[in-house]
Amino acid sequence: MLHTFEIGGEYLALDVNSGALHSFYKLAYDICKLLTPPLTKETPEILYNLEYDKNEVKLAYSELYSLYEQKLLFSPDFIVDLPKNSVIPIKALCLHVAHDCNMRCGYCFADAGEYCGKREIMAPEVGMKAIDFLIEHSAKIENLEVDFFGGEPLMAMDTVKAVTEYGKKRAAEAGKHINFTLTTNGALLDDETIEYLDREMFNLVLSVDGRKSVNDFMRRFPEGGSTYDKIMPQFKKLAEMRQQNGKSYYVRGTFTAKNLDFSSDVFHLADCGFEEISVEPVALENNHPLAIKEEMLPRIYKEYEKLAIELAKRKSSGDKINFFHFNVDLEAGPCVYKRVKGCGAGCEYLAVTPPGALFPCHQFAGMDNYKLGNIYDGFNDESAQLRKKFKSTNIYTKPECQNCFAKFFCGGGCVAASVKYEGGDMSKCYHIGCELERKRLECALYLQAKLAE
Amino acid sequence: MKNIKTINKKTYSDTTFAGCGECRSSCQSACKTSCTVANQQCENKKRLNKDNNK
Repeated sequence: MLHTFEIGGEYLALDVNSGALHSFYKLAYDICKLLTPPLTKETPEILYNLEYDKNEVKLAYSELYSLYEQKLLFSPDFIVDLPKNSVIPIKALCLHVAHDCNMRCGYCFADAGEYCGKREIMAPEVGMKAIDFLIEHSAKIENLEVDFFGGEPLMAMDTVKAVTEYGKKRAAEAGKHINFTLTTNGALLDDETIEYLDREMFNLVLSVDGRKSVNDFMRRFPEGGSTYDKIMPQFKKLAEMRQQNGKSYYVRGTFTAKNLDFSSDVFHLADCGFEEISVEPVALENNHPLAIKEEMLPRIYKEYEKLAIELAKRKSSGDKINFFHFNVDLEAGPCVYKRVKGCGAGCEYLAVTPPGALFPCHQFAGMDNYKLGNIYDGFNDESAQLRKKFKSTNIYTKPECQNCFAKFFCGGGCVAASVKYEGGDMSKCYHIGCELERKRLECALYLQAKLAE
Repeated sequence: MKNIKTINKKTYSDTTFAGCGECRSSCQSACKTSCTVANQQCENKKRLNKDNNK
């Protein structure tokens, strides 16, 4: 399968089954669009109908044929034999240390932190038990991950500190390593907390939507007042420390139907000095007033292209700016197993709620029919079937993935989105999410081609 | 080649470290709402690159 596309005057082709990316002159691009495998060594007569010089056509075709022979063009389909082991090692936990929040954001999927339950903080003992659970179930995996999530995790700093200290100690004893990540809205960031987070966290996700007007429209304090004014000085301070030390962080925003000109938010954040930026589409039911709808897609595609073209310019002139959704590593990216298996929710990645209940991922927290057990008693009887279902969901089991050029880049997409927005069916794909993923991938590949010039 | 520039030649057939599970889980980095598998790095290849650069 070959996907040809054009962005910003670049003619590109992704060979889907090998992962090879080619940048073409217009002639080769036009020829390529007329070809269907298997290719012959002789130049097909039909190509001479193109309005190009015959010798030029012949040369371009011979170059394309050479790539075909190297299996870098129209390379054949392949099937990966996924490991059949019944024990699924767990390598990452999302700890919901606070089912409570000090903001009331318009698009919150976590029900203002409550997750359809009650406001609750995770006790340190629960978090520490979750660490034990992770290490016990991690089999031979050495690199483990724990994410402090909420609600707002800074409302549970005692738990964050106790779990981090305990986790580092337990991991060292077990010959493993835990990378800690914390996602925060920044409202409770003071200098002492900034210093602690910078020291202890492997990665930080700082939630801000971009321009002040956009941010404050969506991200609100219950008592009123600008969240932007409150958080930005602290986020800047923290990001500067991370950038100086070469440590990982992202400022992470959400765009909705109300700010489809989101590239302005990305560049606002860049102009504020942030180098690692993620601004992502909101995921909501289709009838929600903030939801991304089908008719908005052409506008969003243009916006992504605008973003990619401007990013290429800025990066080429030396700006350090990185847009999370355009990150793609064509040389050291994940292995094909990971590309086929996808996100790992319900298998290698689980979420833990404040009382210690286990769910397939943070998006499932609070959905009782997806409860897998708890960290004290382990997996419940019903979970075996459910975990098996999660394990067996991959790009081969999703019909819509079969002919999709992006399948080895998204791994079949977000399972939670399929369940929430596609009638509870894991084997379906969240349509809007797929459309956006495909466009983002084109833009990401365009960026790779431009930066390789 | 005159008409084509191939940006990457490493392909999926390289399965040296396939399925070891040491890479980051997909949702842990920044997204939390959308699956982005291909922006995760292979931990083994990363380590290998570091060693090669020493």
